[in-house]
Amino acid sequence: MAELSAQSDEELLDRFQRAAFGYFLEQYNPENGLVADRSRAGAPASIAVVGFALSCYPVGVERGWMTRADAAARTLVTLRFFCNSLQSEQPDATGYKGFYYHFLDMKAGKRVWQSELSLIDTTLLLAGVLTAGVYFDEDTTTESEIRERADAIYRRVNWQWARGGGTTVRQGWKPECGFLHYGWDGYDEAIILYVLGLASPTHPLPERSYIEWTATYQWENIYEYEFLYAGPLFIHHFSQAWIDFAGIRDHFMREKKSDYFENSRRATYVQREYARRNPFGFEGYGKDCWGITANDGPGFQKLKIDGRERRFLGYAARGVPYGPDDGTIDPCAVLASLPFAPELSLSALRHFCARYPQMIRDSRLPSGFNPTLPRDGPSGWVSEAYFGLDQGIVVLMIENYRSGLIWKLMRQCPYIGSGLRRAGFTDGWLS
Amino acid sequence: MTNSSLQQEQATRSDQLSPSAQPDDRFHRALLHNVHPLAWRNPKSTGKYKLVVIGAGPGGITAAREAAALGAKVALIERNFIGGDRLNVGCVPSKAIIRTARLYAEMRNADNVGAQVPGSIGIGFPTVMERMRRIQARLSRADSAQRLSEAGVDVYFDEARFAGFDTVEVAGDKLRFRKALIATGARPLTPPIPGLTEVGYLTNENVFNLTECPRRLLVIGGGPLGCELAQAFCRFGSHVIIAQDDPMFLPKEERDAAQILSDSLARDGVEIHLNTTVVGVRLDGKRKIVELVCAGDKFSVSVDEILAGIGRAPNVEGMNLEAAGVRYDTGTGIHVNDFLQTTNRRIYAAGDVCLEHKFTHAAEASARIAIRNALFLGRKRLSALTIPWCTYTDPEIAHIGLYVREAREKAIPVTTFTILMQDVDRAVTDGEEQGFVKIHVRQGNDRILGATVVARHAGEMINGISLAITSGIGLRALARVIHTYPTQAGAIKMAAEAYNRTRLTPTLKSLTKRWLAW
Repeated sequence: MAELSAQSDEELLDRFQRAAFGYFLEQYNPENGLVADRSRAGAPASIAVVGFALSCYPVGVERGWMTRADAAARTLVTLRFFCNSLQSEQPDATGYKGFYYHFLDMKAGKRVWQSELSLIDTTLLLAGVLTAGVYFDEDTTTESEIRERADAIYRRVNWQWARGGGTTVRQGWKPECGFLHYGWDGYDEAIILYVLGLASPTHPLPERSYIEWTATYQWENIYEYEFLYAGPLFIHHFSQAWIDFAGIRDHFMREKKSDYFENSRRATYVQREYARRNPFGFEGYGKDCWGITANDGPGFQKLKIDGRERRFLGYAARGVPYGPDDGTIDPCAVLASLPFAPELSLSALRHFCARYPQMIRDSRLPSGFNPTLPRDGPSGWVSEAYFGLDQGIVVLMIENYRSGLIWKLMRQCPYIGSGLRRAGFTDGWLS
Repeated sequence: MTNSSLQQEQATRSDQLSPSAQPDDRFHRALLHNVHPLAWRNPKSTGKYKLVVIGAGPGGITAAREAAALGAKVALIERNFIGGDRLNVGCVPSKAIIRTARLYAEMRNADNVGAQVPGSIGIGFPTVMERMRRIQARLSRADSAQRLSEAGVDVYFDEARFAGFDTVEVAGDKLRFRKALIATGARPLTPPIPGLTEVGYLTNENVFNLTECPRRLLVIGGGPLGCELAQAFCRFGSHVIIAQDDPMFLPKEERDAAQILSDSLARDGVEIHLNTTVVGVRLDGKRKIVELVCAGDKFSVSVDEILAGIGRAPNVEGMNLEAAGVRYDTGTGIHVNDFLQTTNRRIYAAGDVCLEHKFTHAAEASARIAIRNALFLGRKRLSALTIPWCTYTDPEIAHIGLYVREAREKAIPVTTFTILMQDVDRAVTDGEEQGFVKIHVRQGNDRILGATVVARHAGEMINGISLAITSGIGLRALARVIHTYPTQAGAIKMAAEAYNRTRLTPTLKSLTKRWLAW
């Protein structure tokens, strides 16, 4: 990794972005377009990861890493699968009411792990579907079919049903028990869910659903940064990966004289400040070592390390500053902050390369590493698998930083504009 | 519920209700002597009472004492034990055992503060409970039947039943009154779970009678008392499982507060199952097999005891309220207006029997309002009270005023000033860094709308903010108050100072810079 320090920022980013992009080529099933949730053998497909894959293919084309024809072919296989797969109440269907189960068998494309019909993961899939629908704009048979199928998949989703009789949407549904109890509380990654739900020409959410959802927001002054609080860093990234929030504001952000782009910037600074203070004395934390989010972890275990009891978690939604925090850093989340706080992200990336080179394999960043849990080398525990969500957000956010490609594409998507307007967003590029 | 089943439930409750079912030691006898003396003779009523109080819990005692001190002729009727839940089956016994449980946890984690972990930490559960009974006996002295009687209160022990708009019957005697106050409190709700009643279960009314610590304990419902006792029993060595229907832990609390407590309970070893419904219970030998369902998945656990903490129901039955023209609801309690007056203008209600917030201090505060309004033509309003509350887990969670969501529902823009306990010097030196102080103010000014404190001593800390809200003191003024250093309550001043720094706008900063450069 020594040679990385000599590379320019642009060279460095290109290297990491391409390595992350490689995940989607490696973990792709050409039969149905599904992409594995993670790189472990036998892992099922995650519909959200497929959404990232569909958004990454245009990046690959624009960067010259794949041909447009290849990208279009992969995209079409995927969209055909999601159009034609079984939508029903049957427990082994692929989806229901236009939504899809969180995890699907890579080959058969059917529900696995008794997973839930996931609203947010369907949303991320749809974000990718619509990205493809905008990007593939040429007048060819393949690209025309992509556009038609993308629109059909989006229009089929029954957002009104997903409210389960309430005002806001539920988190999920299972054939075994109906709607899950869980609702959304506080700021989270669901802005894009509401935007797509509000824009639906077939089964739209009512405008009051967005107002009701944002009623749970908390505007906090933490470490002297005022921001819309959410603990895990990914919450400040996922809707932002597709929607350019710079300069556009909903009612809440007008009240606070801010926007969601600026909010993600402040959240990044809060993360760094927390790591600098490092209240629980985790190994490695500092101004260039932060990135606390939902990611892979060492697995549940309690250990006494240097006279201090440490409790480690598996895959968990870690957050700042209230926790949980077990000393696990997600370097992918750091790169996902790149468009908002490049000065912080680039500095941290260089630090990771210099201090923890062994956790970076073939320029690909792992889902997590934990220097507090001793293993060989200063990185400590390192996640053995790569996760599609991490690799996808790295590709998209580096691209948004470098060219703004995804943001530009989604600005052209009529559903994004209309959903934002129905949610009360004004100003900026919406004007 | 039919009359016969109600009577049966009441008889069962009376048998189980602490302290009558506690081990018969000297502390227990001392307690009984104070809260329901066996040889007590009810007074003979002579003439009309200015005030008849039904229920000698915290609200009833407060009302009776205050009215008597002001010179009113007062009767106080109690069917069980003076002191109500607070002394007998609530705050006092729970806080007594929580203190011991905390010490056990501290012993196990002594090396966190540089001390040596004792070689052997044996749990003497009978000793824990004996200390609890000793404390109950001691605290029962202040409001014993004898002391109340000496304070000028006619104390009656028996069921009270209204016999008209201004008459109540007790022990064969008819007491006529000018004004009456109903303060009969509330009781634990019985979960409608098949098999539960048959196998037997604990509530706050009988859990303090335990003589052995259950090896495995299931707590149904993750409310405040359930969490407090779950943590305490876990620290005594029980394997504790919390199963709650709601998908969110402590759903009424701020998410971050609930998150911190959830982590803390997990560190203690409490197993938490959210979004989980208990669908059946059966016996297998001495073990209780509990069937649970989570998101369609069924599983079962085997436990020694089950503690139900799913909420409380007001004690409105058996008083013949209809005869007095007092309207009520078995779920929400006696109907009162903002002056705590019932549908019979002579009769008021206070405490758990009519309030949403069922706390001892709320019962006492509401009783004071009711007395002023009843006896002095007062117009004090319940809605004017700002009532703090605290869940006495470790760390404690205390709250006062509005939650952010409530403020936003009222279209009030809110800014929250947050100080992490990990940034408070005294919390660091004490090794008590879990938690925060969050103070919510109206955006753009310093008026405090509400606050949540999560800290080892949050219940103590919230009182400073309570004083500020009640007195109309804003964050600017709080920032000027000199606090002793170092204290954990210093976090409140730090939040106030954080507010003050937001007043330094870029314009102001530029002006001060120019001034100082001059």
